[in-house]
Amino acid sequence: MSNTLIDLKDIYKTYHMGDIDVPVLKGISMSIKQGEFVALMGSSGSGKSTLMNILGCLDRPSSGKYYLDGEEISSLSNDGRAEIRNLKLGFVFQSFNLLPRVSAFENIIMPLAYARCHVSTKEALAKGIQLLNQFGLTERSRHEPSRLSGGQQQRVAIARSLVCDPQILFADEPTGNLDSKTGIEVLDLFKRLNREKGITILMVTHDIEVAMHAQRIIHIKDGLIDGTYAGAEKK
Amino acid sequence: MKIKVAIVTSLNSLRRNPMRALLTTLGIVIGIASVITMMEIGQGSSEAIKKVISGMGANSIIIFPESSMSFGVRYGAGGVKTLTPDDCKAIIKECPSVRNAAPLVYARGQVVYGSKNWSPSSIMGSNPGFLDVRDWENMSEGECFTDRDVMNANRVCVIGRTVAKELFENECPVDKEIRILNVPFKVVGVLSPKGANMMGMDQDDIIIAPWTTVKYRVSGSGQNLINQAATTSAAASTVNSTSSIYPNTAVKFYPDQSTVQIANYMMYTRFANISQIFAAAKSSEEVDSAIREITQLLRQRHHLKDGAPNDFTIRNLNEILNTLTKTTKLVTNLLLCIAMVSLLVGGVGIMNIMLVCVSERTREIGIRMAVGARQRDILRQFLTEAVILCLAGGIIGIIIGHGGSMILAGILGWPMSASPEAITLAFAVSAGVGIAFGYYPAWKASKLDPIEALRYE
Ligand SMILES: Nc1ncnc2c1ncn2[C@@H]1O[C@H](COP(=O)(O)OP(=O)(O)OP(=O)(O)O)[C@@H](O)[C@H]1O
Ligand SMILES: [Mg+2]
Repeated sequence: MSNTLIDLKDIYKTYHMGDIDVPVLKGISMSIKQGEFVALMGSSGSGKSTLMNILGCLDRPSSGKYYLDGEEISSLSNDGRAEIRNLKLGFVFQSFNLLPRVSAFENIIMPLAYARCHVSTKEALAKGIQLLNQFGLTERSRHEPSRLSGGQQQRVAIARSLVCDPQILFADEPTGNLDSKTGIEVLDLFKRLNREKGITILMVTHDIEVAMHAQRIIHIKDGLIDGTYAGAEKK
Repeated sequence: MKIKVAIVTSLNSLRRNPMRALLTTLGIVIGIASVITMMEIGQGSSEAIKKVISGMGANSIIIFPESSMSFGVRYGAGGVKTLTPDDCKAIIKECPSVRNAAPLVYARGQVVYGSKNWSPSSIMGSNPGFLDVRDWENMSEGECFTDRDVMNANRVCVIGRTVAKELFENECPVDKEIRILNVPFKVVGVLSPKGANMMGMDQDDIIIAPWTTVKYRVSGSGQNLINQAATTSAAASTVNSTSSIYPNTAVKFYPDQSTVQIANYMMYTRFANISQIFAAAKSSEEVDSAIREITQLLRQRHHLKDGAPNDFTIRNLNEILNTLTKTTKLVTNLLLCIAMVSLLVGGVGIMNIMLVCVSERTREIGIRMAVGARQRDILRQFLTEAVILCLAGGIIGIIIGHGGSMILAGILGWPMSASPEAITLAFAVSAGVGIAFGYYPAWKASKLDPIEALRYE
């Protein structure tokens, strides 16, 4: 389990607001091995979400190369990246991004509708029910996101990111809205996924306690990697 | 993404705002409803016209003697009577597309029965085949006269319903004697009622008698007197063909002449001419070939040189039918155009709302893309939604339109006929409108950038 899954080479991201250029990422190079559990830390506005969007194939870097599983991603077509998002990546957004006016259950199984490989309705239902159970949402399966608490929405978002059995899970502050007990439960789940299924996890957090659960902590400051530390979790 | 999933997703999102969906699709509903009503009423009218025309004698072909010119003197139509009963016979025998044909002569005048009199709009001389040509074989009472009556120029006739009513009121006309232009005739039958023709003329105001009788005993002329003499003498002997009584060749009052005699003495040729030949083609498809065959045959029989004009004219009801059908078609198409404009407006309405929908749901599009929806998935979803909207509108429109034409048919008595083609067309058109006007918004949605869409508030 030492082969490189993610390899970033000199990634720049600059937003243009009218005439003003806003440089956010200023040359990030790093690599993440398959099966690693990495935490990304940094102060607010340091560019963590921006980096996560690029890693999650949602955004393209202004320059630099991004190899995922040996494949150069930034040159792929929109549909090619959509396929990778569907098949290989799970994404938990900082702001959940659940479909409004759609039940929790349907939110969870929604990505299966776009799965390239055939998923029967029965399989989809079974998968959804299993995830509901796993996240203690069985009672709330018919609730729309607006009728769920922040923590419940968080869990729905995580369940949704796992429905397609991703290879990598990107989680932008997955514990931000949870009380410490549920937070620990989520982290335990992540660790179990990481250990048992070999899912590579990259997690953004502000909480050093949370970050310590990871194997490696990457610190970002002003769009540059500031330092890398070993976490409490051992390989 | 499976189409079933796309349909379910679309239905879910439409269900969230049923009132808006209904209003959006209203333009389509109105458009389709008017298309259906127009087409059903239009088709009903042209079918009604067809029925009236085929009532006048299905696949009828009428042959008139043509105005002809001899030595620079032009005679009006029918001025020179070039058609003979033999022409009629030859047509029946030699034209494969002709089902039957009957000679026609006309007379005009007063009919008297007892103290009542009446002037029927047509007094016709023909043979029993005429009723077959006109599809009029059913008699209300009595029988038609026979071919023998025609041969013998018997004074018998059949009368139409109107004549029967005017002269006999409630009496039974069969076997009664009426006087047509002062000639006594025995009524042998009453025709079944046929109603007005498309010109509004009462077709039952008619008397039909053997053409020989009408020609030689009723509509008097100098020539006829000779014929009448011939008739009586011929009737006495055994005859089996009208052409031997009324030949268009010289009557042999004298023994056959030698060629020298023929050269020396010109014989006066009697011409048993008739005013019209009424023929029927085997089917409406065969009308054209029947006309061709008749033309060829008559030209040959009349010894017309190549290039010489026809000495007869052929008309058929199909021409009139075509003109009338064309007119109704024109009107229907015009109305259809208006309905199409309303469909167009409806389509623009759909496009407008779909564009609003796309920008309202930008975030949803972003989320779907983030979990792996490809551009074509998004395109398909919005296109499906537009098509479902239009099809729903189309179905409601079909129901309203069909109901509307049924109500019109019921209240105003307009002819209508349910038209499966119209319904299929309406379906196709509403789906087409959905695709045509839903495509742009759907395409716009599919081209959104996922990260921009996610950021949209
Ligand atoms: N679309 C955009 N246009 C312009 N500037 C942007 C855009 N998105 C992000 N930024 C800027 O980039 C910087 C980094 O934003 P980012 O969301 O990556 O921060 P972050 O590290 O995730 O912070 P937080 O911990 O608060 O989530 C911010 O200063 C932000 O203003
Ligand atoms: Mg962030």
